[in-house]
Amino acid sequence: MQILKDVHLDLMGKRSIALVFSAVLLLIAVGSIIARGLNLGIDFTGGTLVEVGYPQAVELPVVREALAKDGFDDAVIQHFGTSKDVLVRLAPREDIESAVLSDRAFSAMQGIDPQVDLRRVEFVGPQVGDELTEDGGLAMLYALIGILIYVGLRFEYRFAVGSVIALVHDVLITIGFFALFQVEFDLPVLAAVLAVIGYSLNDTIVVYDRIRENFRKIRKGDAVDVINTSVNQTLSRTLITSGTTLLVLVALFLFGGEIIHGFALALIVGVVIGTYSSIYVASSSVIFMGVSRADLMPVKKEDGTVDDMP
Amino acid sequence: MVLAVVLLGGLFALPNIFDQDPSMEISAQRDAVIDQTTESRVQQALEKVGVRVKGIGQKQNGKLLVRFSSSEDQLKAIDLVAAELGENYTPALTLSPDLPDWLVGLGAEPMYLGLDLRGGIHVLIDVDMDAAIEQAAERYSGDIRTLLREKKLRYTRISREQDQVVVKFNNAEKRDQASDLIGNEFRSLNLESSDEADAFLVTVSLSPAEKQEVQRFALQQNITTLRNRVNALGIAEPLIQQQGVRRIVVQLPGAQDPAKLKEILGATATLEYRLADTEHSVEDAVNGRVPPGSNLYHERDGQPVLLKKRVIVTGNQIVDASSGLDQQTGQPAVFVSLDGVGAKRMRRMTNENVGKPMAVVFIENRTTTRMVDGKPVKVKKRVEEVISIATIREPFGRRFQTTGLDTTEEARDLALLLRAGALAAPIEIVEERTIGPSLGQDSIDQGFKSVVIGLVLVMIFMAVYYRVFGLVADMALVMNLVLIVAILSMLQATLTLPGIAGIVLTVGMAVDANVLIFQRIREELANGNSPQSSIQAGYEKAFSTIIDANITTLIAAVVLFSFGTGPIKGFAVTLAIGICTSMFTAIIGTRAVINLIYGRKRVKALAI
Repeated sequence: MQILKDVHLDLMGKRSIALVFSAVLLLIAVGSIIARGLNLGIDFTGGTLVEVGYPQAVELPVVREALAKDGFDDAVIQHFGTSKDVLVRLAPREDIESAVLSDRAFSAMQGIDPQVDLRRVEFVGPQVGDELTEDGGLAMLYALIGILIYVGLRFEYRFAVGSVIALVHDVLITIGFFALFQVEFDLPVLAAVLAVIGYSLNDTIVVYDRIRENFRKIRKGDAVDVINTSVNQTLSRTLITSGTTLLVLVALFLFGGEIIHGFALALIVGVVIGTYSSIYVASSSVIFMGVSRADLMPVKKEDGTVDDMP
Repeated sequence: MVLAVVLLGGLFALPNIFDQDPSMEISAQRDAVIDQTTESRVQQALEKVGVRVKGIGQKQNGKLLVRFSSSEDQLKAIDLVAAELGENYTPALTLSPDLPDWLVGLGAEPMYLGLDLRGGIHVLIDVDMDAAIEQAAERYSGDIRTLLREKKLRYTRISREQDQVVVKFNNAEKRDQASDLIGNEFRSLNLESSDEADAFLVTVSLSPAEKQEVQRFALQQNITTLRNRVNALGIAEPLIQQQGVRRIVVQLPGAQDPAKLKEILGATATLEYRLADTEHSVEDAVNGRVPPGSNLYHERDGQPVLLKKRVIVTGNQIVDASSGLDQQTGQPAVFVSLDGVGAKRMRRMTNENVGKPMAVVFIENRTTTRMVDGKPVKVKKRVEEVISIATIREPFGRRFQTTGLDTTEEARDLALLLRAGALAAPIEIVEERTIGPSLGQDSIDQGFKSVVIGLVLVMIFMAVYYRVFGLVADMALVMNLVLIVAILSMLQATLTLPGIAGIVLTVGMAVDANVLIFQRIREELANGNSPQSSIQAGYEKAFSTIIDANITTLIAAVVLFSFGTGPIKGFAVTLAIGICTSMFTAIIGTRAVINLIYGRKRVKALAI
């Protein structure tokens, strides 16, 4: 079975449309990040979160009242997954130590039904949150630099720049998605964004590999033609791999439980964007930077399986 | 070779399919021993009330392991055993895999589940290093005072200002003499002389090396203390580890009561033994005229007491403390042992002051972080309380007892805190993650379900799309999963929920290598090449692409690992392992099987 057989779409001819499309997406993403900001989870902001499970379905106003009675007026309360599970976010309080806040809230909720089950407590001190935010940003930066160096060594600097443009594009749009829809951005989501970097790059490299090979093999046609052919040749693989990855991610999103939702969502968005960007953004940025056959010829890779082992 | 790897992988992955028994680990404290008698005592005690013991036996580390068939039995048993064996044994709840002996003999173990999967408590503790250094400076100021007195060098004032000690003299000559003296006695201190209008000063501060040493020691002492306290809680595999230069991670798998843990961890108690000031009037002090050299304290019932400023012995000179009953009065008492320095000072003080009252000040440090104008501000609270005033009946040194506690329970609590060794520096919990056992089990179930569903979907797709080759890729995929599980089991790396997500992601991406290869083979076939050479060329040409693509993903995984904490590390580990195993199974593994199918004969067409 084959879905795409011998495709010869003029993908690169439409690159200006793609450019506009990407620009619009980026504008929306950056705009949302600036205007709405990220709905940061307590991993970054610091705070307290308690998840409890009642034996029977429980009404939120009942929980709210029980908490208010004990002074937790400003607690944010929501169902988590099922109507039996309740997630409570607590603001820091003057009279209680942050570390024991969760214990107090839990005993307040035990008042409704002593059978209540403490499922999860997360407390992150403000200083830890700040450190995580900093570390997260640094990690992203290090990942990008590491990749820039590797691709620069294996290909050519313009390819390295191209792949990083594609990565920044993907990361910004994924984060922008979370800002636009105000989906909670927590530590697992950050991990997912970093995984998106890895994934999107994986896709981009496959396309670049083909471009490099074709520049050496195909003697006629200009750079745009060669790149177009390369993208076409790898198109079917790109779509299949994205397809299988999306299959498992959707399975993870639907069956993996509430905690993993944000993580799966970030990856789904990232994979979709990453697939698009490896076709359009990565390749067209190489064209815009004016890569030509001559740039790749001096690197004698033709004979080298030895050379291929990094 | 492929076969050998698969078999080995299968073998080490095997322990994971066995059930885990709820069980109990009993360890001996202090000089108690675990032997045959302990074993039969436990067994009999449990059988008497009808708790069924599935298995009992001593482990290699000397602990006694008792297995049960249900967690109800397990919970019932822990109280029974605690009552039967008494204080010198600590029973702890745990899970242990029910493995056949030959697997145990091979050293094969199931994957180590992270706290988010098995349930438990994780706390991150911050050690207040500024306070540690200030305490060190305070100690030095006392030592300098003693030194100058011994050498009869008159000073006008010694005071501690943050992490410095300032000594005032009324003439330069004495100041210089003192400076030399202090410099010779304490080589790790930095000295600086300066002149004020009518005073000559020496400013003493800790050298950077000394500061570092103080911090290192504060952290180490806290870790030791925390370990002691946590061990008293009865948790099977507690993890207490340094993180960075001022943080300590405490992980208690299976623990379910964060409130209790925090009570134990949060309060840092210490004792100070001081002489009571009987020369001055307490009333004057209450009215604001506290004599220099003394401080005003309060007893538990609010009664004011005047105590000398000089501390005889502090909590960190206490080696051991245990509770019991005073043999003469039958009252609850705490028996205290001091270290060498403490004993010497205590002996000297009690020698000179027989018949005078000595007080024990119980000091508790609590730190709270509050939000002031949107910024976190640390508020430190120091609660000082005189818990007993007792007359020194006779000189004593290394061992003595403290009475004046209301109940045996209070004596035991105090002894526990003291035995753990008073902390060198105040600590604060800066992060807590508690996962209830039910949520952990749900996460395992949901994670497992999504792995299986994702796997099946991908397998169906591959089989339909690439037919025989797809089936081969499917085999590789399953093998890949087995290998990931085997490697995780072998390394005893922690499997977390994001770790499972990493496995799921690997399943999706692992077929990528095969897709690349198969697409190449199709291309070669379309170009009119023979089946055999197409396979050959397909694998060869796809190779460098696969390597490039995977290495870049690996870079991302390594970065994730190096910056991430707990759960994120778990994700990075499974992702990295998955990348490596998938390259093996997808390239070498499938090649071997394809060769097996198409290798020997001349084939007309490939089912691809």
